[in-house]
Amino acid sequence: MSSTAEHHHDDHHHGPAKGFMRWVTTTNHKDIGTMYLIFSLVMFMVGGFMALIVRAELFVPGLQLVDPHFFNQMTTMHALIMVFGAIMPGMVGFANWQVPLMIGAPDMALPRLNNWSFWILPFAFSLILSGLFFFGGGPASGWTLYAPLTLQGGIGVDLTIFAIHMMGISSIMGAINVIVTVFNMRAPGMTLMKMPLFVWTWVITAFLLIAVMPVFAGAVTMVLTDRHFGTAFFDPAGGGDPVLYQHIFWFFGHPEVYIMILPAFGIISQIIPTFSRKKLFGYESMVFATAGIAFLSFIVWAHHMFTVGMPLAGELYFMYATMLIAVPTGVKIFNWVSTMWRGSMTFETPMLYAIAVVFLFTIGGLSGLMLAIVPADFQYHDTYFVVAHFHYVLFSGAIMAMMGGVFYWLPKWTGHMYDERLGKWQFWLTTIFFNITFFPQHFLGLAGMPRRIPDYNLQFAEFNFMSSVGAMGLGITQLLFIYIIYKAVKGGEKATTEVWEGAEGLEWTVPSPAPYHTFETPPVVK
Amino acid sequence: MFRPLGNKLLSILVGLVSVLMTNAAMAEYALNLPPPVTSTAEEILTLHNLILLICLIIFVLVFSVMFYSMFAHRKSKGAKAASFHHSTTLEIVWTVIPVLILIGMAVPSTATLVRMEDTTESDMTVKVTGYQWFWQYEYLDDDVNFYSKLSTPRAQIEGREEKGENYLLEVDREVVLPIGEKIRFLFTAADVIHAWWIPQFGIKKDAIPGYITESWVRIDEPGVYTGQCAELCGKDHGFMPIVVRAVTQEEYAQWVAENQAPSDSTVSSANQGEELNAAASVATN
Amino acid sequence: MIASKSLVSKLLVVVVCMFGFGYALVPLYDLFCDITGIGGKTGQIEQVVAAQERIDKDRVVTVEFTSVSTSGLPWEFRPEKNKLKVHPGEIYEIMYFAKNNSSQSVVGQAIPSVTPGLASKYFNKTECFCFTQQTLAGKEQKDMPVRFIIDPDLPEDIHTVTLSYSFFNAQKYAQN
Repeated sequence: MSSTAEHHHDDHHHGPAKGFMRWVTTTNHKDIGTMYLIFSLVMFMVGGFMALIVRAELFVPGLQLVDPHFFNQMTTMHALIMVFGAIMPGMVGFANWQVPLMIGAPDMALPRLNNWSFWILPFAFSLILSGLFFFGGGPASGWTLYAPLTLQGGIGVDLTIFAIHMMGISSIMGAINVIVTVFNMRAPGMTLMKMPLFVWTWVITAFLLIAVMPVFAGAVTMVLTDRHFGTAFFDPAGGGDPVLYQHIFWFFGHPEVYIMILPAFGIISQIIPTFSRKKLFGYESMVFATAGIAFLSFIVWAHHMFTVGMPLAGELYFMYATMLIAVPTGVKIFNWVSTMWRGSMTFETPMLYAIAVVFLFTIGGLSGLMLAIVPADFQYHDTYFVVAHFHYVLFSGAIMAMMGGVFYWLPKWTGHMYDERLGKWQFWLTTIFFNITFFPQHFLGLAGMPRRIPDYNLQFAEFNFMSSVGAMGLGITQLLFIYIIYKAVKGGEKATTEVWEGAEGLEWTVPSPAPYHTFETPPVVK
Repeated sequence: MFRPLGNKLLSILVGLVSVLMTNAAMAEYALNLPPPVTSTAEEILTLHNLILLICLIIFVLVFSVMFYSMFAHRKSKGAKAASFHHSTTLEIVWTVIPVLILIGMAVPSTATLVRMEDTTESDMTVKVTGYQWFWQYEYLDDDVNFYSKLSTPRAQIEGREEKGENYLLEVDREVVLPIGEKIRFLFTAADVIHAWWIPQFGIKKDAIPGYITESWVRIDEPGVYTGQCAELCGKDHGFMPIVVRAVTQEEYAQWVAENQAPSDSTVSSANQGEELNAAASVATN
Repeated sequence: MIASKSLVSKLLVVVVCMFGFGYALVPLYDLFCDITGIGGKTGQIEQVVAAQERIDKDRVVTVEFTSVSTSGLPWEFRPEKNKLKVHPGEIYEIMYFAKNNSSQSVVGQAIPSVTPGLASKYFNKTECFCFTQQTLAGKEQKDMPVRFIIDPDLPEDIHTVTLSYSFFNAQKYAQN
């Protein structure tokens, strides 16, 4: 099988260029995928560090470390960096590496665009971070950048808006690239309904990106012109409407949530069949459920703003529509469990991660269902219950799926098996600390602790203490994650072509590590 | 490898327990919504418990299947993988059943929501205005008007003094309300969006500049109830609490008589206007 | 490659359209609010004439008046009375009092809002200081009238309507 990949055309004989310029000028999907993944990891550590500052301040009641304004900058930038710097580029990294390998394409369809869309990112995030050093500091109005509070911010807000424009362009280019690659570059015989589920989830994600990133760009542009150029889209003094901002933001914001989670579902849907040694249960219904979730994401946005004082009819509509999302999401969970049923399971690190994601994401999903119930949402809204909810969805959903994905494909990327013992340690520590950090936050929210506050009444002290201890552990554990990756890149047990016993798919037909150029002669899929 | 880690976890646990013990007298280890004191909060609590229970049952059912499978269908126990990968019947079943469960949840939720949104036939109206970072209360029927600000001393926040029981949940002027009456609240804001929230009342509503929104409560029991601003509103978002003292109607009438604005309201509002703008400018500095 | 180009251009068209859609949400939202009354923005003058022909003497609606002088506007601002009992279909006038407490001239803009939101499209004003910006010279004070009419079609279950004005500093948006 590997002969296909080893057969090189003359003009490609040279392999990668050497040194730094290789990475600047590369148009190779594997190089670019690697850069995306490293960038994502760096941002994950930066964003994580900010979270630790937040948790350190909340360790005990009282103001100890930072002033409230800096605290707000930390919560805001933690979210912006995790969402736009860690999760989204991380998923694009997976797409770059895996989509061509999975559909038997030699590269992404638009390699030069691919290079551009990556290299915009470091500049975008330098811009956001540089806000910290200007007068007024970075953005401090929450990652949602609600007007009119955002209109009050310093130059850090403008820098953030420019950065959002840049990373928006980057995401849109990445999304276009995925769509064109999947529609035009599939190997002969690779029909749409034969594509691995990861590819499907990414195509649907790409359409979501194209549909909503421009809306977000529009929203922040309106904020920018309101701030400096005399328009009044959201400034009530000039006849603008602050609630309108929330509508536009969440029209982007809700699909954005699925942009982050759908590729994670894709990764899980690759891992579980492999280690169950059994085909994915209900492939078609998985595809339709993904598309269904994507569609519903456009018509439920106002469930993020039940407390603004919508009329009853609006509240009821958004409640019912939101509750509906539980149906396709449930289908996915049931399909994963059915895939495991009567399989022949082994529990290597990627499988542990996949199972943990199914289990923990469901906690986040069910608390999401609770949040959809409008009367109850009035109690949960803007409390730590919500913080717990979206960390169960985004950390134990998106981030842990990516960690599982890294362990799953790392042998293919590096050619070496990672250290299984350390991998399991990293998994268990991450899972345990994650739960110590975030589970108590459900109780904090119910007891009445609002989110985004730097100090709190003594009744919240115990759970905050617990949460902060967990967060420190969770943060430190990720150094182990970096070490495991470093160790696998440097050496280790040689990985076979198939890597995992039950693995199916084209990526497992090329040697490990995957050669610089693969599928130059398209494979034929039966 | 396990022992030292276990010891560390144990010591953290011991630390936690000691924190718990020292505060035990003061704080219940709250795991659920606080005790409701209005019919709205009561209904929300019932709804919350019901939905939580349904979610827990679904969760346990689904994951007992998964954990059984993880236990029984492992390769190390010699399990051979089956080859099925599709079942239309099953898929219809697990689409239809959740829909039915959701309808079951939607019915009581809708009923509660309709009651919550019915602000008609109220006995009195209180207008709440959010400022960076304090609240203003205007009793539209009784001509009472005042500002309410955090009263926790700076020294407690900075740790130079021991923190009191009502740390960050105490104000210079409490909102006094009568029990048993339907009180309608109007919410608005003077600068950015705030949100007025008292968990035990079951109301949380955004106060939005340029907008007026409404909600209502009928408090059952006398007592002091606290809450906080629930929408990020800038630097001191965490420092603008809400304190309501619910009293009998006689006590309320007496409080109103003592706090009514002087008859020459022009003078008093002019003063308030200045005080307000002074306060706002201090706050923005 | 040709196929790629046409697909890319189609996708780019989608991107541009969605950017435009973000902006289109501004008028669309206003339209939506006008139809449903969500935004609490008050009704149009044109509806007044029709409403006036059907005065409903049997029905009494309480109209409450409130005001906010927002941060950044050094004005005192309040209605002359807190509430008024009215018959739908009849025209009423209420005065708002404003005083500039600073010594500089300031431009202000009043923004009306009505609750319950569903009542807002039945609340019509024939004259209002909120129609234009208001300028008060230093220490100037002024009585400003609002003339309004409640549409007799106001849903039966609404007994109280609250009209709130928020006065904002509109120096930034001053029309010369």
